[in-house]
Amino acid sequence: MKTRDLSELAVRNLREAVLRNSLTTLGVAVGVASLVAMLSLGVGLQTLASQRLTRSGLFDAVFVTSQRSFRGPGRPPSAESTPKKDSRTLDEDVRLQLSKLSNVTEVYPQIRFVTDVHYAGKSESTGVLGLPDSSRSSGAFEGMTGAYFSSPTAEEAILQIEFAKLLADQPASLVGKELILRYAERVALPKNADDEDILDSMMGKGTPGGISIVPREKTIRVVGVIESDPSAGIGGFGGARVYLPLKTAEQLHVAQPDDLQSFLSGNPAKPSYMALTVRVHSPKDVPQVEAAIKQLGFATFSLLDATKGLRLVFTVFDLFLGLFGSLALTVASLGIINTLVMAILERRREIGILKALGATDRDVRSLFFAEAGAMGLFGGFFGVALGWLIGQALTWGTTIYLHRQNLPGVKISFVPWWLALSAIGFAIIVSLLAGLYPAGRAARLNPVEALRYE
Amino acid sequence: MPTATAFLQAESVSREYRLGETVIRAVDSVSLSVEKGEFVALLGSSGSGKSTLLSMMAGLDRPTSGAIRVQERNLAELAADDLARYRRETVGMVFQSFNLLPRMTLEENVELPLRLAEVDRQERATRVGEALERVGLGARRRHRPSELSGGEQQRGALARALVNRPAILFADEPTGNLDSVNGEQILLLLREIQDSLGMTIILVTHERPLAERFANRIALLSDGRLVTDGAQH
Repeated sequence: MKTRDLSELAVRNLREAVLRNSLTTLGVAVGVASLVAMLSLGVGLQTLASQRLTRSGLFDAVFVTSQRSFRGPGRPPSAESTPKKDSRTLDEDVRLQLSKLSNVTEVYPQIRFVTDVHYAGKSESTGVLGLPDSSRSSGAFEGMTGAYFSSPTAEEAILQIEFAKLLADQPASLVGKELILRYAERVALPKNADDEDILDSMMGKGTPGGISIVPREKTIRVVGVIESDPSAGIGGFGGARVYLPLKTAEQLHVAQPDDLQSFLSGNPAKPSYMALTVRVHSPKDVPQVEAAIKQLGFATFSLLDATKGLRLVFTVFDLFLGLFGSLALTVASLGIINTLVMAILERRREIGILKALGATDRDVRSLFFAEAGAMGLFGGFFGVALGWLIGQALTWGTTIYLHRQNLPGVKISFVPWWLALSAIGFAIIVSLLAGLYPAGRAARLNPVEALRYE
Repeated sequence: MPTATAFLQAESVSREYRLGETVIRAVDSVSLSVEKGEFVALLGSSGSGKSTLLSMMAGLDRPTSGAIRVQERNLAELAADDLARYRRETVGMVFQSFNLLPRMTLEENVELPLRLAEVDRQERATRVGEALERVGLGARRRHRPSELSGGEQQRGALARALVNRPAILFADEPTGNLDSVNGEQILLLLREIQDSLGMTIILVTHERPLAERFANRIALLSDGRLVTDGAQH
């Protein structure tokens, strides 16, 4: 029998016992829905975690240090960290060179210094950190009182709430107020004619005179107060409680611990950096960029291995969710078997007539298969829709709860196209497998006995 | 007796059924030849084996022993798919209980053998129309079996049996569920079809007067055996 005729007959048969077949299809739909809802939850949570981690800047960044200084986060000195003769200094030239590597989006130094903050007669000492403009989208500043910096060069600051409490009883009242920062500026000195000969004999002819540390003050305006500590380990903001735009922080020329190294390297006017953060397009670009930087003679560190571990955890999580979801579909497949076996009993005479008219065993088997497959197809479609709705309801409920806790809403369920198609395919396959036995039984019916059946 | 020119030839055909330890021989060494274009009536009382013999000749069942040859093929040795093709292409069948599918309209029932034979859709419509006109049901094509009288249902079943233009038509007690008027109409139709199309017809009945009136030849069965086999006037 041609496929079109087979399909028409199958649909007609399904329509005739519409209540029973609809209930069976609904069973498949519920099974698929539970599978989709479970897996969409897994995918949604994984996506949420990945997005948060990516936005945190931990997994799409490579941390670069000069080979002479790098030790790694919390690690004891190792053989690798011992200074090498050919190690290079991290300076502006290197920053430019790294920014030209493929898949690199930005390169910025860590500008970090200690300052005295003056406000309304109070003086508090704390750490300051320069934030690159990309931090705006890191997610760390969501729900902050006030706003992010108005521009990358704005003379503005964001305060960590615990520090803000030291300055004012109502931290939020600081937004819009001006603070005075006191810090030590590094200034390059020209050579003094009296010392020139001595310096030339010590450091070689042509070297600059030296550096001077000068106390300075800067008035900045508070634009935001952040409640949570956005510290995120290496490359994050850990330790600092006042945040400035990176370019603003750079323009202050605050004395850095590595200034002595700049002086010794012979160019105190040209700053060198302790570390550079190289941001890449996506975490998958990290290994390639990391290798390229190592080739240039620098030490690198990334948290890529941690994301691999995370993926493993979510794969196992998805597997378990999928197994629980599949249980419902297994129960639904028993419903299909039951429905089709009942249909064989009811349609025994019809099968006999079809065979008397020349239907082959394959025609009869295909007809029952097509009916099972159609139930799987419709059940799959409805199930995906139902699963999506369940996911939306979960997201909706979670968002309401989070809003009550003064937290921003999150999308915890996500149905990607591959999940929708796989679920429909899975429903069809399970339905066909469920139809295997009834279809085989129908095909084997003896036509004479089937025609005798009342 | 079997002849060399027979269209259908049953050679010492037996059919046994087992019920626990008991073996029931429904058909016992029956040999029968049917020429092309003949109208043969298999006559016998209930349980005489006539319907069992007809089922085997129609390719619905297989003999326990013996051979049934149709156009050089031994049905007993055909594979299941070939036997299905024989039923689809060579045979038309009419049953006592009409056996129209209640969910389908009359024209859909008549179209069913053409679907199974994978006949082109346009040709199907033509052939269904012709078959229904032949049995006088052209106006009832959209009706379901439940909306037709017994005689109309049997005529519809006859149209379905004819739509594939079979070489041989098997009718198993076609008048059994009909009143005498409708029964006679059906047999008149069978006779008309035999005359106009030259179709071979094998009719199973227990009504001797009908068999004597319409068949060319009567084969009498009793207890699974062929008792007499003779031509009619």
